[in-house]
Amino acid sequence: MLIGVVFVISVGAFYLIHLLPGDPAAVILGTGDSPANRARLYKQLGLNKPIIEQYWVWIKNVLRGNLGTSFITETSVWSTIKAALPIDLEMIVISQILAFAFAIPTAMRSARKPDGVVDRILGAGSFTLLSIPSFVLIVVFVLVIAIHLGVPHTGPASYVSLSADWITNLESVALPSIVLAIGSFVLYYRVLRSDLISTLQEEFITMARSKGISQRRIMWRHALRPSSVALLGAAGVNIGGLLAGGFIVQYLLAIPGLGYQLIAAIGRSDYLVVQGIVLVVSVGVIVINFAFDAAVNIIDPRISRE
Amino acid sequence: MSNPTFAAEIVEESTVHTAPARKKRLGFLFWTCVTWIGINVFGAIFADVLPLISPIYENFNVVNSSPSWHHLLGTDDLGRDIFSRIVYGSRISIVVSLGAMVIGFGIGMPLGMLAAYRRGKFDAILSTVMYVFLAFPAIIATIAVLSFWTPRSLFKIIVVIGIAAIPLVYRVIRSSTMACASQDYVLAAKVQGASDRRILMKELLPNIAPVAVSFLLIGIATVVTLEGALAFLGLSVNPPTPSWGNMINESLAVLQANPWLAIFPSAAMCLFLLSLNFIGDRLRAHFDVTESKL
Repeated sequence: MLIGVVFVISVGAFYLIHLLPGDPAAVILGTGDSPANRARLYKQLGLNKPIIEQYWVWIKNVLRGNLGTSFITETSVWSTIKAALPIDLEMIVISQILAFAFAIPTAMRSARKPDGVVDRILGAGSFTLLSIPSFVLIVVFVLVIAIHLGVPHTGPASYVSLSADWITNLESVALPSIVLAIGSFVLYYRVLRSDLISTLQEEFITMARSKGISQRRIMWRHALRPSSVALLGAAGVNIGGLLAGGFIVQYLLAIPGLGYQLIAAIGRSDYLVVQGIVLVVSVGVIVINFAFDAAVNIIDPRISRE
Repeated sequence: MSNPTFAAEIVEESTVHTAPARKKRLGFLFWTCVTWIGINVFGAIFADVLPLISPIYENFNVVNSSPSWHHLLGTDDLGRDIFSRIVYGSRISIVVSLGAMVIGFGIGMPLGMLAAYRRGKFDAILSTVMYVFLAFPAIIATIAVLSFWTPRSLFKIIVVIGIAAIPLVYRVIRSSTMACASQDYVLAAKVQGASDRRILMKELLPNIAPVAVSFLLIGIATVVTLEGALAFLGLSVNPPTPSWGNMINESLAVLQANPWLAIFPSAAMCLFLLSLNFIGDRLRAHFDVTESKL
């Protein structure tokens, strides 16, 4: 199944260029359109061959890690992606740690007394946050933090990799990670809360209570695991969404991750870079979704048995 | 009258009488949200007729002004009236989201219903195709197509987002139709000799309507956000045509000089989204649609 989907996606990413009107060569070359480049492109992609053969040439190169060389920046597409991908992963990991660290305790607190004061406040707060797009959050953050508090606004030139200087790196990654974390937190909180409420009404919880097990132990040891099936499903889709939709945060805060490179490539009509990033992100999203599906089966083995 | 038992009785009596009634009502906040959406839609439709300053008229005498009587929400860096631009900008958000939903539901909903009702090979093939499409991250595909399908137009944006929505609509409608199709009332209709068309339209459609409407509201909210995101990439409508996303994007250059330019369009968008989400949430509670069905 996984291989089949990846295959279809590779066909989609490959065929994208032919779906668009106009001469594919002209689109790929963009501003780098010259007779010499055109000849090189035809040789590289075999554009004068039949379409199935073209795909074959292309996929063989892709599997070798060769996504082509941009005709505009003259750098290999793979090296661009290799430099950008760790930044995305770092932001996703930080944001997910933050989101889960806040979502699990607050959801438990809410579920303990549904419709209580705390639950209502958290519910209204999460509902409001749900309706604020990430770019609006960033505008507000930049307005408040960067301008009024005078914190310097970092750009891609000042971006330092994690291994080089982790303090400077964390400073520039902190704000985008927090913005991503807020969106994830709201989702996880709402999903986990509603599942916890229904789990807490089950008989085995009443049983545990009557044995005199503490509230905390019931929550963490008895209720959390059966309640986290939907949470994991939501997390899988959400993390894939962060990988695909993180571009807006990266663009606004000038973090040179995959999304930033994608926008830059679109800006200079750099077709091969766009194609490469689309392929890598799509495959990444699918792998993440499958990994979480597998995790759900481990958490609740009944699902795979059905 | 200070008899505590008496007071308690009154309280008890009133709660007994009002509790079931309260469940039926959608509440004041719900209707406030509906009114707000109504005002937005009204403004979008009648923007040309309303006494508004032209959204692209540049008055260089009042650049970056704060809210005043002449310019209710101030002016932007080119002296254009922000209020007027927000009203005209709502057109783009509303047209794009409704247009995309017409395509998404127009194709995804009949296919989903048919697949769930007929089952068999038709369902198997269609579902496989749709699931493969679903696996492809829609936002990336949208960006990739829009960025190279030039020249850009509102129509192309609607078509691309609408097509991206089809598999999502299909999945939701199919699963909720499937839950209804195995019910006894469908069997009863079949036994009475009702045609497939009649069962689909009269038996199944009304029963999946709550789910469809909730998903429609979520879809509209998603597309409004997506338009904003596309505007940052320069993939939305071309300036100087205002859209909420375009306005927020343009405001970033003059964020320090004129924070109003960022705040008002953002607020307009957030209030619109908040209203949509709230309406959807109340309707789900009212019709007992769980979030996991969507």
